Amino acid sequence: MTRRTLFRILFYIILIFLAVIFLLPIYLMFLTGFKSISQVDLKTMWSLPNNGLHIDNFIAGYKQLAPNITNSLTMVIPEAILSALLGSLNGYLLSKWKFRGSNLIFSLILFGMFIPYQSILIPLVKFMQAIQLYGDIPGLVLVHIIYGIPITTLIFRNYYAGIGTEILEAGRIDGASLMGLYRYIMFPLSAPSFAVVLIWQFTQAWNEFLFAVVLTNQSHWPVTVALNNLAGSQLVQWNVLMAATLLAALPTLLVYIFLGRYFLRGLMAGALKG
Amino acid sequence: MSRRSRIKFQLRLPQLILAIALIILGLVFILILRNNPLVIANKNLTSIALLVSGLIFYAGVLVIVSMFESETILSISLLLPSIVAIAIFVYGFIGWSIRVSLSKWKGLNPDFTWFGLRQYYDLFHNDPRFVIDVRNTVMFTVGFILGCLILGLGIAILLDQKIKGEAIFRSIFLVPMSISFIATGVIWGWLMNPAVGNRITGINLIFQSLGLKSLISLWHSTPMPWGMAFTIIPAVWQVAGYTMALYLGGIRAISDDLREAARVDGASEFEIYRYVILPILQPVTLSAVIILAHMSLKIFDLIVALGNKAISLDVPGIYMWVTTFDGTNYAQGAAIGILMLVSVAILVVPYLVQSMRSETQL
Repeated sequence: MTRRTLFRILFYIILIFLAVIFLLPIYLMFLTGFKSISQVDLKTMWSLPNNGLHIDNFIAGYKQLAPNITNSLTMVIPEAILSALLGSLNGYLLSKWKFRGSNLIFSLILFGMFIPYQSILIPLVKFMQAIQLYGDIPGLVLVHIIYGIPITTLIFRNYYAGIGTEILEAGRIDGASLMGLYRYIMFPLSAPSFAVVLIWQFTQAWNEFLFAVVLTNQSHWPVTVALNNLAGSQLVQWNVLMAATLLAALPTLLVYIFLGRYFLRGLMAGALKG
Repeated sequence: MSRRSRIKFQLRLPQLILAIALIILGLVFILILRNNPLVIANKNLTSIALLVSGLIFYAGVLVIVSMFESETILSISLLLPSIVAIAIFVYGFIGWSIRVSLSKWKGLNPDFTWFGLRQYYDLFHNDPRFVIDVRNTVMFTVGFILGCLILGLGIAILLDQKIKGEAIFRSIFLVPMSISFIATGVIWGWLMNPAVGNRITGINLIFQSLGLKSLISLWHSTPMPWGMAFTIIPAVWQVAGYTMALYLGGIRAISDDLREAARVDGASEFEIYRYVILPILQPVTLSAVIILAHMSLKIFDLIVALGNKAISLDVPGIYMWVTTFDGTNYAQGAAIGILMLVSVAILVVPYLVQSMRSETQL
């Protein structure tokens, strides 16, 4: 009995230790961000702010990243909504209206989710230049929607597969067509899946770097590209950089804190195991 | 097998009018846009407008298709835009990349002179940078997978001990998954700052103040090849929680009866994990290894943010980017991209095939 209690205490110690280590970098972002300029010193990076909380760094960081945060938002919001609608339709058709070869088509679509984008990057850039969508946000939205088709289709297909066909058959008897069944039965049932896909696409597009850096020019850089550039320039104080990093990470961090359940479901779908 | 009924066509006037209207509208838009670019707020949106016009045209076609009383045809027609998009943007572009990789294209003007497999040959035989890339990727992949599996499984087992506040712990370990690799790279770039003397900072500063001077390290600035090993730390920090969630899902799916049976047979808690739970978790480990390996073969942003394109921390993803867009060596860039694709496909394709098979058996 005592040995058991001892073990349990040990478990808690290990877990708390690990939790502290996992949170340390995030804690450091907050801590450093709130320090005053006079406390900018490498020596005191781990100590608490000693003369009140200051938001100067956040203002400075925001000044650096404001246009890019706007760029990211204007890219991510239409991208997430359109992706979700498209994925919902695809998922419905591929789960409830299977035809010969539909599973093969689904597998071929799914493969698109795993490819390293370096393998399609040159044609993509040339193609986007040819259709004059290179350098700006609309092009990036289009690219994110297209390469988002596999995961959004997967999440919706798995979700719809779990809805019994009885309800659709009842709708059939009432005379609903393929689109009628979607419009009046499936779509109203899909709210949880929409939450998962919207959150997933939002997080992915917000955090994405490769397409952003290759397909946009400097005035249209999303926040990841601008942050990387800011960090690489080595002209900014650590405090400002940490505040800027926090600002860049905040939207997805908040989504995770408040809607973590849905985020986790998107994450699990990526492993293909329902 | 019942005989297939003939596809019936039922003409409905209101729908026909709608269809013709949509088709004409789409065509008119396309014709107008061909000669007049659409500019809104200094943005050239002609292509997007063309795309939308095309979709309006296609909607008209769909209305006609819906008059055939065949749901299969309608279903395929509705999927068609996505299928075409993936066919072009994934498979078409892969084919195009392969063609570029077999050419001599260097410089801004496309040059499709046939060069056979020379680009690939040169990468492996005459390119010290690519050799570094391969070594770095192997080192990173092995360390990253082992780190994530051990930490992920360890935490999952600990959380399985009816821990108070389990949900909070779980959330904490998953926090890093929600932020970008770039943000992770920037934060850890500071934590793993290699400066010494009176510029000492980050983790080294903690080590110094704890009197653990022997642990002070150059981190990822350590000379080749070992600097790469330290980039595994932030990567594991970010992804271990994901592995934990995969394992925890697997553990929770095991029925309590099974553990109870083992307990009745006199197995200790340790033996239950060793002989009952771990063997059942093998498929989870397999999925996790494949997902993690494909992530590490593609690793790019994290290393960019951490290493600022330092050669000692180079990986194929960065080399491809630099040689293509800074060096305009398109043929070589395409060859690296295709090699990355092949390495990922070897892992993922069997997994995809097996996943789809097991699904159709259900």
